[in-house]
Amino acid sequence: MALVSEPMACLLFAAVLLALSGLPGLFLQRPVAAQWIAALVAVFASVLGAYAVIQLLGGTAGAVYQLDWPLPFGPAEFSVDHLSTLFLIPLFLVTGCVAIYSLSYWPAKEKNTAAKLTFFVGLFAAAMVVVLLARNGVLFLMAWEVMAVSAYFLLTTEQQDAQVQRSGTVYLVATHTGTMALFVLFSLLRSTSGSFLFPLPHALSAAFPAATIMMVAALIGFGGKAGLMPLHFWLPGAHANAPSHVSAMMSGLMLKMGVYGILRTISFFTEIPVWLGWLLLVLGAWSAVNGIALAASQRDLKRLLACSSIENIGIIFIGIGLALVGMQTASPILVTCGLFGAFIHIINHGLFKSLLFLGSGVLIHGTGSREIDRMGGLAKRMPATSLFFLIGSLAICGLPPLNGFVGELFLYVGAINDGIHAPLPLAALVAPVLALVGGLAVITFVKLYGIVFLGSPRTADAAHSHEAGGLMIGPMLVLAAGCLATGMAPLLLVKLAAPAVSWYAGIEGDLVSRTGQQVPFMPLTVMNSLLVVLALALAAGYLLRLSKLPRSTGPTWGCAYLAPTPRMQYTGSSFSEMVVNLFGALVAPLRRRPSLATFFPAVGTTFCYAATELVLDRVLTPIFSWIGLGFSYIRRLQHGQLHIYVLYIFATLFVLMIWAH
Amino acid sequence: MTDIIIHCLIALLLPPLLLGVITKTKAAFAGRVGAPFFQPYYDLLKLMRKGSVFSTTTTWVFKAGPLVTLAAILVAALLVPLGRHHAPISFQGDMVLFAYLFGLARFFTAIAALDTGSSFEGMGAAREVTFSCLTEPTLFIALITLARMSRSLQLSTLLTYPTPAIWLAAGASMLLLVVALFIVLLAENCRIPFDDPTTHLELTMIHEVMVLDHSGPAFGVILYGAALKLLVLGAIFINIALPVTTGNSYGDWLVFVVAMLVLSVLIGVVESVMARLRMVRIPQLLVGATILSAFAMLLVLR
Repeated sequence: MALVSEPMACLLFAAVLLALSGLPGLFLQRPVAAQWIAALVAVFASVLGAYAVIQLLGGTAGAVYQLDWPLPFGPAEFSVDHLSTLFLIPLFLVTGCVAIYSLSYWPAKEKNTAAKLTFFVGLFAAAMVVVLLARNGVLFLMAWEVMAVSAYFLLTTEQQDAQVQRSGTVYLVATHTGTMALFVLFSLLRSTSGSFLFPLPHALSAAFPAATIMMVAALIGFGGKAGLMPLHFWLPGAHANAPSHVSAMMSGLMLKMGVYGILRTISFFTEIPVWLGWLLLVLGAWSAVNGIALAASQRDLKRLLACSSIENIGIIFIGIGLALVGMQTASPILVTCGLFGAFIHIINHGLFKSLLFLGSGVLIHGTGSREIDRMGGLAKRMPATSLFFLIGSLAICGLPPLNGFVGELFLYVGAINDGIHAPLPLAALVAPVLALVGGLAVITFVKLYGIVFLGSPRTADAAHSHEAGGLMIGPMLVLAAGCLATGMAPLLLVKLAAPAVSWYAGIEGDLVSRTGQQVPFMPLTVMNSLLVVLALALAAGYLLRLSKLPRSTGPTWGCAYLAPTPRMQYTGSSFSEMVVNLFGALVAPLRRRPSLATFFPAVGTTFCYAATELVLDRVLTPIFSWIGLGFSYIRRLQHGQLHIYVLYIFATLFVLMIWAH
Repeated sequence: MTDIIIHCLIALLLPPLLLGVITKTKAAFAGRVGAPFFQPYYDLLKLMRKGSVFSTTTTWVFKAGPLVTLAAILVAALLVPLGRHHAPISFQGDMVLFAYLFGLARFFTAIAALDTGSSFEGMGAAREVTFSCLTEPTLFIALITLARMSRSLQLSTLLTYPTPAIWLAAGASMLLLVVALFIVLLAENCRIPFDDPTTHLELTMIHEVMVLDHSGPAFGVILYGAALKLLVLGAIFINIALPVTTGNSYGDWLVFVVAMLVLSVLIGVVESVMARLRMVRIPQLLVGATILSAFAMLLVLR
């Protein structure tokens, strides 16, 4: 019982449980039972963790644990503060949901990779908990690497697929390039503060020349993990090719670890340089616009969701950038609005993006395809999934009365306040950018929802799809209910984020009621209720009216065409074609048309449309292939003749000896 | 209290008349007598008594679309001040909710269109969401400009702020705003030169093509919602373009109603003297409107 009353002990215990949850599966001979054990242990750990989080939010201070390990990096310190707590909220919720979902989505009965997958899912979640609790640079890096590498093993579950291999390699290169930057960060931290232990908040002077390098290193290392443009290139492939519940964790949780890292690094310094806030703001705006424009051009269901993650990370960074700019210009409202916007969006994105990825898993399970243009009419066959997916889509577009609107509202109010009061209101330009992003998100998700769930099935697979079982529906129900509840009662979200905001901005006193005077989250509850009541009343009136009037059914009106087929429906690619052309400079999908010499194309000619990724396909892949060409000369040194290798070693030692003398 | 009741009555009852006025103006330009001013009311009543045809392809989304759209626009109508009177509901930051309610309305109209599986309606939905995506930044830049002038985030304060004195002081930026907002008004309400509500060719339509399969009361709800949207966006336009007050509460209501009717005549005139733009030109004009409002903002910042 002493353990339960101490939130930190609960958290560490939950992390250990999660890490060990998949272990029985690796040894037990009964895979199905082992998977159930793992799921139940993970759910128990999540409940325990959530309990600790509630205690921490209630104001209980977490203890500091120090572990004297025999490594020369100082003691391994675990501690929890409000910033960590904020990130733990979605972590335990999504981990619990995913554990249940995976029982039906990746059943051990059918898939022999289930044991491995279950093990790494547990390890992955545990590593993220430790990342959030670690207060020693080396311990942090260890947890970070366990997280990054288990994500690699998770996403390469279906490793026989060439596409999976490629995105796995891209991910591995990207994450380790980022880790390299983190080595720079933590080495410099050690040389400045004299210890690998994290310094106290605002303990380091930013005037120090190494401080700039540390911030840039954090931006590269953590920004790459978060998927901030232009370091986002690994993200669409990795999210698309991983099993869907893993994508949910990667997008909903792992990207946030990058955000956490940047926030944590910034908190070390006394004052923030001017450029950092603006840089984050600009990168955030770029990621938001470019991410959602990329998403609109996608044909692959999960790539679309992955690109929209880039957009959401962009929105989070817009909030952080606003807050930093506000700290610079001594504008408290910009600071609180920016931080609230960012922090609430962190929780929200964890909810609705995980929901959408779990939903995409149901779709893939039911239709066997990830291609949007091969689906259609699924709302009839999957009524529950289609409802939850609609809730997720509305939430991610930031539309009232769902939760996505709450975070964006804070950002708008902050930006417009800047527009009113700042002498040169550059930050106010965030508002039209957000409006554009919101408009693009509506295009993207109307396309996704409309083409996938509505109309009639475009293929036989779509026509014979089936609804998922209760184990997959249940977790989605939980997440969808979370989106709806926090959207209807934004006070809930504000209260969850408030401790972290006060901690981060150093605000004393009753933040919630003070913010309530500036940002209308209280009237929003009334307005949302009014909206829902009005819609329900109209629906009741309409149905009543309908029951008294004659009604008939028939096919959709098709200009009196006699033989319509489902293939004549509008496709997702045609739906987004107009907007993709408008944003051609950012998106530029590959189109291969046959050249038309006569009225009709020759037999066998095809039209090809493929969404491309500017950074990966146009910049990195050519550079890497040139580098590979260069290395092919060096490869001659490696020929497999053992005695020559021994000679290399001898020669190296010899040269070193001469150099040392 | 009286003002709230009058606000609700105007918002609920006036919209169809605006459509009637537009039709009458167009008829006058074409040298016809035209349908009576109250024809849209008769149409709505008639539609409420008509039976419905539902496509076998559709689901509940098809039925929910018009209803959620109307609910969202109704809530938006409670937030916008009509004339010189404050709106019944008003709070700091209501402008953001106002803009996003239209987003919700658009989302549901578009998915209801896609629910039929018709490629015409898919085409219309794609156009609607794309063009609206371009009008949203314009609206926000205009609102920020007004917010800076009036130092408020409340639609009611912000839109009742312009006065003749302010027009004299900041005439250029007000004029730019008015032009930009008029373009937004025409585009959002699917009027010529962006969309032709009376065309007979589905391929060239935007809004009308999205609602091809709706019938009976649902179609009535859609028509009414479109008219209400015209009133709500028209109210924003009039509040900025016509900043006069009579000093008398009832006088102000009268001024507003007359101004709305004049605005309808103006829209009718535009529809009569202009042709619909080619589809590829529409984004250019919309981006042009965004730049106009950005100019207005620059002038205010100066």
